[in-house]
Amino acid sequence: MAQTVHGMNARIQKLRKISHETQPHVDLERASIETDVYQKYEGSVSIPVLRALVLKEYFSRKTLYLGEGELLVGEKGKDPQSSPTFPELCCHTVEDMRIMNERELVSFSVTEEDIRLQEEKIIPYWKNRAVREKILSHMTDEWKSCYDAGMFTEFMEQRGPGHTAGGKNFYIKGYLDYKQEIEEAIAKLDYFNDPEAYDKCEELKAMSIDCDAICILGQRYHDLALEMAGKETDPVRKQELLQIAENCAVVPAHKPETYWQALQMYWFTHLGVTSELNPWDAFTPGRLDQHLTPFYERDTAAGILDDERALELLECLWVKFYNQPAPVKVGVTLKESGTYVDFANINTGGVKEDGTDGVSRVSYLILDCMEDMQQVQPNSNVQISKKTPLKFVKRACEISRKGWGQPAFYNTDEVIQELLNAGKSLADARDGGCSGCVETGAWGSEAYILTGYLNIPKVLQITLYNGFDKISGRQIGLKLGNAEDFKSYEELWQAFKKQLEYIIDVKMRGNLVIEKIYAEEMPAPFLSICTNDCIAKGKDYNAGGARYNTSYIQGVGIGTITDSLAALKYNVYDNHKFTMTEMVQALDANFEGFEAIHNLVSSRTPKYGNDDDYADDIMKDVFALYRDSITGRKNIRGGEFRVDMLPTTCHVYFGEVMMASPNGRLAHKPVSEGISPEKGADVNGPTAVIKSCSKMDHCSTGGTLLNQKFTPKAVAGEKGLENMANLVRSYFALDGHHIQFNVIDRETLREAQRHPEEYRDLIVRVAGYSDYFRNLSRALQDEIIERTEQSFG
Amino acid sequence: MIFKGEASLADDKTGPETGRSPLVFNIQKFSIHDGDGVRTTFFFKGCPLRCAWCHNPESQRFGAELVFYANRCVSCGACAARCPENANRLEDGKLIFSRDLCRAHGACADVCLHDARELAGRRRTVDELVKEALKDRIFYETSGGGVTLSGGEVMVQDMDFVEALCRRLHGEGVSVYIDTCGYAPYENFKRILPWTDLFLYDIKLMDGEAHRKYCGRDNALILENLIRLSRDGARIHIRIPVIGGINDTEAFMAQTAHFLTENHIRAERISLLPYHDYGKSKYENLQRSYAEDGMRVPSAERMEELKKVLEEKGFQGVQIGG
Repeated sequence: MAQTVHGMNARIQKLRKISHETQPHVDLERASIETDVYQKYEGSVSIPVLRALVLKEYFSRKTLYLGEGELLVGEKGKDPQSSPTFPELCCHTVEDMRIMNERELVSFSVTEEDIRLQEEKIIPYWKNRAVREKILSHMTDEWKSCYDAGMFTEFMEQRGPGHTAGGKNFYIKGYLDYKQEIEEAIAKLDYFNDPEAYDKCEELKAMSIDCDAICILGQRYHDLALEMAGKETDPVRKQELLQIAENCAVVPAHKPETYWQALQMYWFTHLGVTSELNPWDAFTPGRLDQHLTPFYERDTAAGILDDERALELLECLWVKFYNQPAPVKVGVTLKESGTYVDFANINTGGVKEDGTDGVSRVSYLILDCMEDMQQVQPNSNVQISKKTPLKFVKRACEISRKGWGQPAFYNTDEVIQELLNAGKSLADARDGGCSGCVETGAWGSEAYILTGYLNIPKVLQITLYNGFDKISGRQIGLKLGNAEDFKSYEELWQAFKKQLEYIIDVKMRGNLVIEKIYAEEMPAPFLSICTNDCIAKGKDYNAGGARYNTSYIQGVGIGTITDSLAALKYNVYDNHKFTMTEMVQALDANFEGFEAIHNLVSSRTPKYGNDDDYADDIMKDVFALYRDSITGRKNIRGGEFRVDMLPTTCHVYFGEVMMASPNGRLAHKPVSEGISPEKGADVNGPTAVIKSCSKMDHCSTGGTLLNQKFTPKAVAGEKGLENMANLVRSYFALDGHHIQFNVIDRETLREAQRHPEEYRDLIVRVAGYSDYFRNLSRALQDEIIERTEQSFG
Repeated sequence: MIFKGEASLADDKTGPETGRSPLVFNIQKFSIHDGDGVRTTFFFKGCPLRCAWCHNPESQRFGAELVFYANRCVSCGACAARCPENANRLEDGKLIFSRDLCRAHGACADVCLHDARELAGRRRTVDELVKEALKDRIFYETSGGGVTLSGGEVMVQDMDFVEALCRRLHGEGVSVYIDTCGYAPYENFKRILPWTDLFLYDIKLMDGEAHRKYCGRDNALILENLIRLSRDGARIHIRIPVIGGINDTEAFMAQTAHFLTENHIRAERISLLPYHDYGKSKYENLQRSYAEDGMRVPSAERMEELKKVLEEKGFQGVQIGG
């Protein structure tokens, strides 16, 4: 087990270089084929069938790519770094296309030919049909005011619902097996007693067409590899191409027989899910190590696989993930998560379905792969249960302390509690994990849809101004009185509570409409094949077909809101240091001329993150209020709304649209991220942060995010590794959900800001994911530099 | 008077007050350099020694002291208005702070908006300290850590307090380490021995005369206490601050090794702590001078050489750093 095989070989270095150095570009092939299909079939077939025909036609006609030296095949677009567009969801204007080409950050190159095609073919067909238009036209004025003011965001206005990970099915079944199951389900439909039989039949027909679609893609790659092998003069490469052809003759039509085929099977499935729609978080192989282990064991025993090749194939998969930039976003969605990263998240370790430790030799190979590749995509993490060997935890810490934020650490035992609490069976809970940033789901069986972020600190801001937002200049909340009218903390709290409940209602009403639009007009039959119970129910993933159906609203800014309420309670109501009128004047002036008040709220008030119950009790109140206002309310897919506490990069945007807050945070500065304390608020070291954060009841959420930043010195040596491992184990013993480490000193980051060209490779942990420092906006860079750097005493 | 039979210090006539909670000037959580695992370290204020290289000058005197960061002061005068001793005065728009008039009651620190003032030393009750310590229990249990009592010097504080604290922590199943310079009556050690898991014991110089010169007192008591502690079965880690130009010699290491061997002192670990001058600015903030003459930061190579001397004398568990 101790033997290490890593270090990228020449093939991987070359593939990685192509992947990393190619400029991301827009690819309109999919949009163009889709437009043809709609023009030909729309109106004559049902909507699910129409959607399936789009995928089938795309996989039949799309340009294939089989690059030199590749061992795994298939690209979402024409070639690496292609980003297909999805005009049925969000039809880019010509101006959007020019902006994405020219903007400094996260740009996508667009050719004049692309623009012509967009202008002449895509826009004329899709301009009033895109889901985005439908959604916006169905939203109320209240929704629009809140949305424009940055009270919340909406995930589904540019991307489809996704947020899920694959289970174990693709490793034990081929798509012909699925097709067989689908035919059986159609045969069993009860037209006499089931009024939905027709709808189910159309949905199942669509799934069947999608089985054909993916098999066609496999067949085409088989033919291409064979043809290339015929022309290949290098005998080694010729043999590889013949093996690729053979692999594609087996998968995706049939279940994989070897480790290599298992990886290729996953990748074909990935292409199916992400070409059908552009679901959030792309798609991920869930617990890859556990799925691959039986193949690894069989192949190594048979002598057809060794660790070098096993690692090389993993690294090929890592390249494939990196080849796919996130779909092109525009407007506020770009701000919310301005990144090429598509949040595919691979979990390693954890427990098996029977509850025993899930760490295997393949788990260590995946850690070697992470270390070799150092990529922001796929996002990789480790699942740590109380059964996970310390050796594995330390190996993960060893990679994490290199400073690029991966792997992040997730608490398997707590994740299982979350899933059980949300009604999953024990086996499904153990098969679950975290995808996207930190979101918990029962893999292969759950549609857990994130609907958008909610700006909790801004709710307090409008509470202090009678529901009026001074930034957008609009009345966006309820009229419950001005700050001076609240004569006690209890009165202030009651007003805050009513405002929060109101904002949640506005957001949730919008979500229910959006879910309905997707359920009716944008089914995802391919994803439905892969998700347990959709076939049996004859229902789509987007319409409640999955075994479990959850909707999430992500709370942002718990640190800022806690410290703001604490500042008011402590200084205005409990200790009479200043009056509410003075506080409001200070906020209006962005604390200019109010240094005394600023000093009191910044330095002399109890704050979250210091294991101080005065502040932490307020955090618990806010969290409970937020959670209880949402959890258990019905969505339209037969499931419930729940909460998680993560920001991606939205805390920067939410801060930009806010004036100063009572905790001393200045206007337009980011609010706190995840469940981490407000920047600079935690002054008692990492154990105090962990204690404060663990006072939140993580098990009642669907995921929380905690960022800890350390100096390299603090985690140096064997003792440093032990410190990190102990910190992880302690936080997890307290039922913390997730913790990640940034191990970089401030000076390095400042240097990188001054000389981005010299730090092209610098990767930092942003939120539930890592990204290149140079790709971040100035505000986000500053924010990362300012995050408290914990040192060990 | 520091304790019975001991002369008081030239710069601090008061000494510890018996029957009163001692002053604590810092509580360091997630402390990993003062003993095993993750620990919480309580730093008590007041020390019988005056080591020239001390990097915590605010730990030396027994009374509270005002730390004044002159570079942060903007001469707003808020402190002057609150100072009954007139230690803070505005003269021609500039704030003048007179250390000799200051009685350190801290009103000025409460009103300073620029964090230019801080009061070093707060009285803490046993209950408060136990409560603070127990907050991090989970970390002690995961890492094999606990609480370290340090200073200043904990062994010359009010021993009723120290004993009660050790007993309470021990009773909670929390490991207690004592970080000591060893200059205290042996009965003090005796009182807490049953409730203490380990002593982090400093050796600075072997020669009595040199010890008087650099640390302000003779080392006979220190060495004698060490022998007695070891005989009484205490677990001991030896800590040696290595000051370039003063004790970074093979001869001193050999002498120390000889002393430990001859007296059968079972040191589980010997830590060589390289001198650093990060504490320099702290002297300025207390308006004291720092005698840096002849003190140098020892090189990494030198530290390795000295470590080797001890290892060649048969000691295991010699390490550089805490």
